[in-house]
This record gives sequence, structure tokens and C-alpha cells, in this order.
Amino acid sequence: MAHLARLALTEAEIDAFTGQLGDILDHAADIEALNVDGIEATSHPLPRTNVFREDTLRPSLDRDEVLSQAPAAEAGQFRVPPVLGESQ
Amino acid sequence: MTALELAAEVRSGQRRAVDVLEEYLTRIDTHEASIHAFNEVTTDLARQQAQAVDDDVQAGRDPGPLAGVPVAFKDNMCTRGIPTTCSSRILENWRPPYDATVVQKVRAAGAITIGKTNLDEFAMGSSTENSAFGPTRNPLDLSRVPGGSSGGSAAAVAAGFAALALGSDTGGSIRQPAAFCGLVGMKPTYGAVSRYGLVAFGSSLDQIGPFAANVADAAALYEVIGGHDPLDSTSIPDLAPTVLDSIDRGVEGLRIGIVRELSGGAGSVEGIRSDVVDRVQAAAVALEAAGATVEEVSVPSTTLGLSAYYLVAPAEASSNLSRYDGVRYGLRVDAATTGEMNAATRTEGFGTEVKRRIMLGTYALSAGYYDAFYGKSLKVRTLMLQEFAAVYQRFDLLLTPTAPTTAFPLGERTADPMTMYVNDVCTIPSNLIGHPAISVPFGVGHDGLPVGVQVLGPALSEALIFRAAATLEAAAEMDR
Amino acid sequence: MIGHEPSLPDDWELVVGLEVHVELATKTKLFCGCANQFSSEPNTNVCPTCLGLPGSLPVLNGQAVAFAMTLGRALGCEVRPSVMARKNYFYPDMAKDFQTTQYDQPTNVDGELRLADGSVVGIERAHIEEDAGKTSHVGGGGRIGDANYSLVDYNRAGVPLVEIVSRPEIRSVEQARAYVSELRNILLAIGVSDARMEEGSLRVDANVSVRPTGSQELRTRCEIKNINSIRSMGRAIEYEAKRHVDLYASGESPHQETRHWDEDGGRTTPGRSKEDAEDYRYFQEPDLVPLVPTAEEVAAIDEQLPMLPAQRRHRLTQLAPNSADAATIVVERGQDDLVVAAVAAGADAERLLTRVQNDLAVDDWTKVDAEGLAALIGMETAGELTATQTKQVLAELVNHGGDPRTIAEALGFEAMSDDALAGLVDGLIADHPDEWNRFVAGDEGERRKMQGFFTGQIMKATQGQADGRAVADLLNGRAG
Ligand SMILES: [Mg+2]
Ligand SMILES: [Zn+2]
Repeated sequence: MAHLARLALTEAEIDAFTGQLGDILDHAADIEALNVDGIEATSHPLPRTNVFREDTLRPSLDRDEVLSQAPAAEAGQFRVPPVLGESQ
Repeated sequence: MTALELAAEVRSGQRRAVDVLEEYLTRIDTHEASIHAFNEVTTDLARQQAQAVDDDVQAGRDPGPLAGVPVAFKDNMCTRGIPTTCSSRILENWRPPYDATVVQKVRAAGAITIGKTNLDEFAMGSSTENSAFGPTRNPLDLSRVPGGSSGGSAAAVAAGFAALALGSDTGGSIRQPAAFCGLVGMKPTYGAVSRYGLVAFGSSLDQIGPFAANVADAAALYEVIGGHDPLDSTSIPDLAPTVLDSIDRGVEGLRIGIVRELSGGAGSVEGIRSDVVDRVQAAAVALEAAGATVEEVSVPSTTLGLSAYYLVAPAEASSNLSRYDGVRYGLRVDAATTGEMNAATRTEGFGTEVKRRIMLGTYALSAGYYDAFYGKSLKVRTLMLQEFAAVYQRFDLLLTPTAPTTAFPLGERTADPMTMYVNDVCTIPSNLIGHPAISVPFGVGHDGLPVGVQVLGPALSEALIFRAAATLEAAAEMDR
Repeated sequence: MIGHEPSLPDDWELVVGLEVHVELATKTKLFCGCANQFSSEPNTNVCPTCLGLPGSLPVLNGQAVAFAMTLGRALGCEVRPSVMARKNYFYPDMAKDFQTTQYDQPTNVDGELRLADGSVVGIERAHIEEDAGKTSHVGGGGRIGDANYSLVDYNRAGVPLVEIVSRPEIRSVEQARAYVSELRNILLAIGVSDARMEEGSLRVDANVSVRPTGSQELRTRCEIKNINSIRSMGRAIEYEAKRHVDLYASGESPHQETRHWDEDGGRTTPGRSKEDAEDYRYFQEPDLVPLVPTAEEVAAIDEQLPMLPAQRRHRLTQLAPNSADAATIVVERGQDDLVVAAVAAGADAERLLTRVQNDLAVDDWTKVDAEGLAALIGMETAGELTATQTKQVLAELVNHGGDPRTIAEALGFEAMSDDALAGLVDGLIADHPDEWNRFVAGDEGERRKMQGFFTGQIMKATQGQADGRAVADLLNGRAG
């Protein structure tokens, strides 16, 4: 789980979190136990559909301003340590 | 003096915006060190803006409805070129290349942007103790929390550092600190205020809303920030956020329900303090006195809200917070590979509460648990929407406490996250179902600290909840 | 590649499903107004949204959705109500560290692709998603594993894609190639993508497995990525299938994993295996709202669909049943409307198709009109022009336009009457009795040799204007 979230937790943190997550999930037992057969899921509190924008250009950002915030940049690009694993 | 009175004087040339600003800056100079409301006070920018407002007035141009009014912004709203940190190490020193829509709107209304206020890291918390830059203290009692997560914004208004402030409310983060600091705080209908430029916590729950010392000022700020924004797909089209002109119409003939599950008596969730319950009862009496009918109503699914919220919000947050990976902006802790760098950066950059919620959300969304937790929470949401819709057939508005207690002492609840989470039980339902809600101060508890009562209404009932709030405000003043 | 690639032994059958990513030819990206443009300077087409900056929000490009639905209908899919979802995983070229895509509710489902050879491949789904940025690996020969560091350009991040997922119904490399080229033809015909594999606007991943011939099982498959051309797709599939057969032959079996095609090495290399595959924690994108196309919208798309390649091929083979191959090529080049019009103007369909396939330059043919082409083919059919002359007139038509008869006259291609040609032939026979004798009495070889002699003499005398076939007919007639 911590790997999925790209977090490196200490043993103590893992212990504490496991207990606390357990408490929270215990509390969520009321939901787990609930019979919600036939009830639709609501991802959005307000029902809206089909929100689109026109296919028209809007100005992009200034590259220097963008890269000024980068931890490392080179040749107009963001620089990162070697990438292991695969692109999708 | 109210913000609206202040704006009227500046617009008419009676007072200069630069002079008003210096008064506020002086108060900040004197008291900020003991309160820590701000992550950054943008003094130079504020002085330039105040001068520009005065120039406009001199030249006969109207600077706008909030002319010269100092406004503070929770530090999770993007301000171009000005650090926007979310009170997190991971964004320390990040200067966004763009402004949030609300920031643009507030500036366009002639207001002065005085600074960025402290919050629980990424708005995750109910006390503003989870800030990477240290806690904010309650100006009414420095040993107590201001509430959270918008505690810095609440403290700034309560301490007179700003006439108005904006906060964000994902599970009560405007209303609860407003209650703790004796202010008016309001969460609009989901989609009534643009989220563009608000750093996301729980995307389907987050809304920006106003803090003010009185109801009319809060209404004025809501009118400025409300309305459609094409940059936010969940923004409501053709919305006219007009509330101020009907604010004095009272509550005569309105049907108001007191939610049994949040009223402290039989059938209520535990932990709602009796002195808080007393103030809600007093508010009910005041509303009746003003011509409304008030009766108790049961809304059973409100008690499920807390569990659903503490699964939905962390789930969305775990995904929203993935982007803090050390690649494009913010903190980077170097490592041999990008994957290790991502983990090192996030481990160092996030505080404990943020990590806890990321873990919880990752868990709730993971393949084996999605249906039992996240999926089910979304169905609970449907259940709540249906139940509230039925209740609003019979009632125009609902009345509850804003928080189970008054402001608690610093450090009292940091050890056990669950006691902190329970604090949000009254405010969470409106976020899950996207309805508007407002907290109004209504007297004090047995500890002498302010108690907030909460008025809930159906979607887009902003005008109505402001009317009820104004009625309560007037009654509270008579009480005093 | 024919001849030097290993093919499968007869007792093994190839099972391939293709996932084709197509970049849509919109002006702007899927969720923001940045230019959707190939080969701009790095990181110049970026904004808060496609950089995944904190606070940014997506708004769907309506044109991208319209293109996706058009493609869906062209593939015979059902266009359904759909939602966008988040696919959560960390990768530096993914600005938000999640991809906004479609998961359990895609826009297009259940279609099919009818190939030129008459076979049909089922389409499982064609869903909308965003592209990622581009990571280049510096040092170590540019290979991902050996690089010293990497650079990320987000110009491509957020470019609209449709991912077309076929059913595992492809049974040969030839069919896989035909599938991709037919898909390309459709994309070009409906104008939703420029479908350039070399620029990455059409990318193919191949899911490859094998099974004993005649069996219906689906064995463990491997997904091959990094395929850069139709040619390498063929090589990759053959290599991978052979690898599976070899594994089974030695009593092992492949395990499910992603593999990369190594063009230089001519082999696939292992990537991430499914055992340590990510749990993507898909959930509905809360910052976007559902897409609900109406029946009217879908009907309007159908109405505007141009005639598709399969129908166009069918139209030509109806006219010229013996020219199926020519029809395929002519349709691929988009010359079929011209052919149909020229046939309507009286041209012989088979002869016309041969001419158009072989002699109508791909780039300039649009200058030829159907009437002129029909007139020219008519002259050839009537024997007024030889094949060589017809090609010359056609070239002139393409370059300068005009009337084919006038061009033929200007080139000195006087129509030689049958009588004049007969006179020439008779004169030649009288002048060369020995050769004539060998033609009449000689064996097959001798006769052919002498026919060549007489034809050559006639061509010399007429400066190539005579029709060789007519000469042969005359010689044969005189010989009895
Ligand atoms: Mg995909
Ligand atoms: Zn962009």
C-alpha cells in the first residue's frame, strides 16, 4: 500500500497507521454492513452531464516561468533521475 | 465598522484605502507573532493595490463593491508569483504561474489581497495544528485552536488582520473555524463558486466560501466570488449569486427542522455538548419568534455521513496528491532513480496526517476493497441525497449545531485522529450532498467561548440561508 | 521481410489482439486550450492543466468527443453514455500521476473492422483518454535502463487519444498488418487523425499468444510495446509467437508480462511482469461530468459519415469484378470517386482501373477530370491509341490538362486507320518473303521470333504509332 502511494514509512509509522486505519475502518463498519442493493452510486453531488469547451486555443504558459519552479531543468525540459520501469 | 461600510467610505472618497490598509498592517505587526494566522503577508502588493484603488476613486472610477477592503486567502488558493504552500513542506516556496478564479474575482472587486493564511496541511484537519509551519491560535483564547482547516483565515478576521477572508470547506473547514472564532462562515452549493486554482483535497466535496464578522459582509463576499466559471466543469451555468438584496426579508412563514440526530437528545450522535445544544434550542426559539415554524425532524443517514466522508475524501485526496512527486515543482529529495526520488520526496514533504489520509484513501480504492468502502460510500451519498430531498419537501431549512463543542485546547486531540474526525459530524452531510450551509455565532457556551449554529438548505438556497442567518444574527445581538 | 522471418509450425496457431492508440486531430488538447501540435519546442504548449499544477482543472474538448464518437460509429460501435476515470500510477511524464481515461464505462463498445481480404475483426471498445508527455533518456545510448538521467517534455501531455482495443481474433501477421492499414484508411477517410506512425499519432501494442491449431483456448499472452511501424509490428509478432512456441516445446510456458520490441536486436525484451503490476485504483474522475450522447447526436454523426473504405472497395469491384487488387490500391489512394465518375462517363471499368492503378501519379492526379479520363480510355479501348501512347497522353493531361484527343494529335499520335495499317503489313510481307515463310511454316519459337521482326519493322515505319496487338492480329489473319 505504501509503495502504491510512493511513501516510505518507518516501522513506527506503519504500526501507528495500521492501528489508526483499523479504528477508522471499524467506524466504517456501519457502511460496510449497510444493504445498498439497487442504490446507484453518486460520484457528483449535483447531476450534470455533457460539459464541453470549444476546440479553440488559449495562451500557454511562459516556459521560463514554468521551469523556474522545477527542482531541476535542462534544455527546456524537466530533469529527473534515471527512470526504471515502463511507460504505459 | 463592517466591510461593506468600509468599502462605502473608500468608494465615496471619505477614507483612503492606503490609510485603511495601514491600520490593518499595524494590527498584524502587533499581534501576528502570538496568533500566526498568516503564512505570508503580502505587504508591498497590498500597498500597491490600495494606492491603485485610491487613484481610481480620485479619477472618478468605481473600484468595485469591495473597494479597499483587506481580504485574506487561505494558502491553498493559487496566487501568481506569490508562494502557495498549502502549509506543506512539499510546496514550500512554490510560486504558481497563475491566479485562482476567486483571487481574480476578489481583486476585480477592488479588494486588497493582504496575505495567505495558515491551514492544516492540504486542508486535512479540524484545528490548524497540522500545519508544517506551526499551529494558528484562536485570537479569542490563545490556548485554544481556531478550528480548521481554514483556521488561519478565521483567525485573521477574528483578530482584525483582514476585514474578510476566503476559506475552503471539504467537511466543515469554513463553518467549524467560523464557529470557534465567533464569525460567520458559509459553504456554498457545490458548483456555485469556481474551484479553479483551489488546490484540491476532495474534488467532489471542496467548495470555497466566505468568512466575515457579520452576515451581510459574508453575503457580499459570496456575491463577488459566486457564478459560473468555464474553467471548472462542475461549475453551475447561468448562476446569479444574488443574496444581499433579500437578506433582510426575515423568516416569517418558513418551516425549519431541527435535525434530531445532531441535537444531543435521544437518537442523536454522542458527544454534542449540552451547552451547545442549549444554544441551538435558543436559536430555534429566536426563529420561531421571527415567525418561522420549528419542529424536530429525523434524518437517519446523517449519522452515516462521517464514515462515508472519511472514505470518499481520502480516496480522492490520495489521487489528487499523487502529483507531488518532485518532478515539476516544489520539494525534491534526490535519489538514484525517479521512483526512489518520488518516494523520498513524498516521505519528507508530507506530514503525518496527510500520509495517514493518503494511506487510507489508497486502501479504500484498492482492488480488493473498492466495493466495500469507496463504492459503498458513493451509495451512502445517494441515500443521503434521497433522504434530504424528502426532508426538504416538508421543510425549507434545517438547524443544527456547527460543531459538537466550542474551541478546544491546543494539543487536546492531536493524538487520536478519530476524536478529531468526530468533530466534523455536523458539517459533513452538506459536503457529501453538495448543499449550502452557514454557521452563525449565537451566544457562548459555559466556557464563555462562542457557539455557532448551522443553517442548512437545499441546493442553491443561498438566499434563504443568508436570510435565516441574518435573522439569527439580529436575535443574538438583542440577546446580548 | 518475406522469406527471412521464421513462421509458426503448422500445429500452432497465432492469437493476436491489437491495442491501437490514435491521436485525434483537434486544434487543442483534451482538457485545456494548449495547441495539439507535433514538433514544437519542448514545454511550450503547456498550461496549469496539462502540467498538472496544483489547483488546475480539466474541461473536455467537445471536438475530441465528437471525433471519438465518429470513429466509434465508423467502426460500427455502439456509442453509449460514458464517464472519465482516473488510472492512478506514478510516472514522470504523467503530469498528475494519474491518467484521465475511460474504464468501466467507455464511449464506444462492440464494433468490428472489415478488412480488404473480406475477414472481420471484432472491436471490443474504443475509449477516450489523454496522452502522456515524452521522456527522453540521456546517456547509456538512450536506453531506459542505462540512462544517466532523463528529460521530460509535456507538450504531448493531454493530447486527445482514442484507444481502439480489438478482440483477440487476428490469426496471422498479414491480417494484423491489414487490420492496421485498414484502420488507418478509416481514420483518414473520416478525418479524425492524421494517423502517422512515424510521428507517433498512431501507435500499436500487440497482445500475442499461441495455441495448438484447432483449439479454442486463450493461453497466456504478452503485450508488446514500442512498435514503431507496421513492418516492426509484423516482426515483433512473429518473434514473440516463435518464442512462445519454443517455450511450450521445451516444457515451459510464457508468463504474462509487458515486453518491449527491440528494433535493432530484432527481439522482444521483458518489461514489467503482471505479478508486480500496479493496482491502478480506477475511480470516476470527480472533476469531469458524464457524457450522455443523445440518439439525435448519434444519428447526426451517422448521417455525416463519409463512405468508408470497405464500401468504396465494394463499389469498385461491382464495376470491375476482376480488379479487386487494383480497387484496394485505388481506394487507399482516394482515387475511387474519379474512377466511378469516369466509368459513368463511359470508360471501360477494368481497363480504367488498371490504368489508374499503374499510371496515375499519386500526387498530381487530382488535376484529371472524369470526362477527359473517360475519353482517353475510350480512345485506348477503340485501338486509336497504343498503351504507350495512352500513358503519354495521360502524363500530359496530369501536367497541363486539356482534351485527350487534342493532346494525342499534338503529340503526332495520328490515329492510323485499319486500312492503312493493313496496307503497310501487306507491303512488308511482299518485301520479305523468306521471313514470311518462316512465320507461316515455322514452329512456335520461330513464329514468335518472326512476329517480333514484322512488328519491329512496322513500328519503325510508323514511329511507334501502330498498335502492336493490331499488327499481330493482321499477321495471324494473313497467315490463315
Ligand atoms: Mg489506455
Ligand atoms: Zn495545457
